[in-house]
Amino acid sequence: MATIELCDIAHTYEPDSADPIYALKALNLVWKDGGTYALLGPSGCGKTTMLNIISGLIQPTRGKLLFDGVDFTQFPTPQRNIAQVFQFPVVYTLMSVEENLAFPLVCRKMSHAERTRRVNEVAELLNLKDKLKRPARKLAADEKQLISLGRGLVRNDVSALLMDEPLTVIDPQLKFEIRRKLKQINEHYGLTMVYVTHDQNEAMTFADTIVVMNDGEVIQTGTPQELYNRPQTTYVGYFIGSPAMNFIKCTLAGNQLQTAGGSIPMPAGVSIPPNAQNLKVGIRPRHVQFTDSDCAGAIKGQIQLVQEFGNARVATVGIREEKLRVKLNSGAAVPTGDVWLALPVENLCVYADEMLVSRSR
Amino acid sequence: MALIMQNIDIRENGIAHLDNINLTFRRGGLYTILGRTLAGKTTLLRTIAGLQQPQKGTLTLHDSDFLQLPVWKRRVAMVYQQFINYPHLSVLANVAFPLRRAGVPRAGAHQRAREVLGKVGLADFEKRRPAALSGGQQQRVALARALVKRAEILLLDEPLVNLDYKLREQLREEFQNIFEGQDDAIVVYTTTEPAEAIQLGHEMIIMDEGAVIQQGEPLAVFNAPATIRCAEIINDPPMNIFYGAIENGDIQLQGGIRLKVPAHMAHLPHGPYHFGLRAADLRLGRMIGSQVELSEISGSQTILHLRGDIGAFILYEDGVYQHAIGDTVQIDLNSDRIYSFSVDGDLIAGPAAAEAYRR
Repeated sequence: MATIELCDIAHTYEPDSADPIYALKALNLVWKDGGTYALLGPSGCGKTTMLNIISGLIQPTRGKLLFDGVDFTQFPTPQRNIAQVFQFPVVYTLMSVEENLAFPLVCRKMSHAERTRRVNEVAELLNLKDKLKRPARKLAADEKQLISLGRGLVRNDVSALLMDEPLTVIDPQLKFEIRRKLKQINEHYGLTMVYVTHDQNEAMTFADTIVVMNDGEVIQTGTPQELYNRPQTTYVGYFIGSPAMNFIKCTLAGNQLQTAGGSIPMPAGVSIPPNAQNLKVGIRPRHVQFTDSDCAGAIKGQIQLVQEFGNARVATVGIREEKLRVKLNSGAAVPTGDVWLALPVENLCVYADEMLVSRSR
Repeated sequence: MALIMQNIDIRENGIAHLDNINLTFRRGGLYTILGRTLAGKTTLLRTIAGLQQPQKGTLTLHDSDFLQLPVWKRRVAMVYQQFINYPHLSVLANVAFPLRRAGVPRAGAHQRAREVLGKVGLADFEKRRPAALSGGQQQRVALARALVKRAEILLLDEPLVNLDYKLREQLREEFQNIFEGQDDAIVVYTTTEPAEAIQLGHEMIIMDEGAVIQQGEPLAVFNAPATIRCAEIINDPPMNIFYGAIENGDIQLQGGIRLKVPAHMAHLPHGPYHFGLRAADLRLGRMIGSQVELSEISGSQTILHLRGDIGAFILYEDGVYQHAIGDTVQIDLNSDRIYSFSVDGDLIAGPAAAEAYRR
């Protein structure tokens, strides 16, 4: 188990080019010992490149990789003691479940007694105990994936467990069990775990800290709540949550934000930099409320569409050329025609050139 | 003018894939079929398309026998879960393909293909090969190829299941607009997701183990599920079901929990019942202690899997929150929203929203 630091790491697959494209642009990250992390982003964003740099399958073009403060950048993969779980389960098909789990320990010449103890402990944790003698190839995909995971867990020298979209081939109904197991494993072993995915729900469910990536860059690092409540960029606000965060253009008018539907007060602690361009207010559809025309700071719009989802209904309100969504409880009344919307200041985010304007406290 | 299925049966090795299906699909209607995997949804579509022959029953379109009509004569278009396109053809040629095969001259076929490509948002991609498109764009090509035929029947088999969730959200909206223009066709759309079935369908059909277990206007089915099974399938997360009884004016649940009988259940006789409560009708509060088995995030919701004296159940919070496994939380039940089902699982009484639809 280890704290992993990426210091000014950058990578290009075309180092000899005069103007190389960087799959990973210079970045600094610290993954603390025992933490659960998700690398979240669309395909091609650089997340697998980053995983391969950590496991040593790729030498970064630039920068250093530290494990507990020691420079591991030049160390070959076996010395890094990384356990890895891939999209598709990897099992030794000719071995039993037990032999599969014991294999990393056999390779390390561990005594038979110690081996048995560890294999049993891991089998217990993963609910594989009554399947130990069965041929691994006969198990279902989700159990095979548990074996891949188990082979990482039996070792006592693992610095980190890396997982690359590990639930891709798992039936939706069975994902619950594996998600739960992963959390329990983290608590039980205190392992540093890194989970790569393009699925925001997977990332938000698994990780305490999410690293959102796009186009080779880290856009935001934060807890699920931080990403949801204070998206650092409009992209994160769109990408996290459903429906996406609303964004409405505005301009600065004294201490008010002027939108096409009326002006709203500036949230406390927000000071717009003097030459800020392209201002927008952002608000989650759940936080928008219908109100009366005489409510201070309300903005005006017209109901365009009401969609039913069973659990919720979503009203689309036109604010001149723009649209804003309002999420309501199932069965909640929706006014018709012209409406007034209140945007509570505590839920407002202000963006300048797609970047969140931070609040001072 | 309608497609009518009567007493359709498909069985294999004693398992009913379709179990006495009786359905009427009207022209201009958009029907969503909701069910878990292996419920028989795909088999139903394949039967309509003529890819599978029922052992029993009749299928008629506009009063003429449809079962006897060979596949290639049925004016049916189908979109599958997988993105199926001709890899060696351009996007335009892919979409024009069914027309060209039907003998439409090249210029006319291309013109119609371009119109449809515009409709699915691919106007600028006509020269590309499918492999050079994203998953969402590939599925749009498949949809365009289905639309261009102007088929009488358009079948879509979980078309969004292989796309990531932001793309699903976006395509669902586009589908809504695209389907609104299909007044001459019967559209049948299968899905495992309740929100999708409710959002898109004019009428919804719930299937389970090869049988139709409820059908109707989506909000009517959502608000007044006929049975416990329907209530589980139409809600995501599934409706919580608690076993209990009405005794001495109280609802009694496991773990010694008692609630006042709400007004909508005041007329019910004493005795055992199953009580249903949606995950959204539970709140963090102070009434009932329970422990967190897992907290999951889905879209903008936190889904808490809990276990307590009352049994295992699911609570749904709007917004993103974190709860560790094993944490103790207190919850409140909203008794105004409780459904009661008979011991056999049939709906007996529901909250106001349910009763409005049952009358």
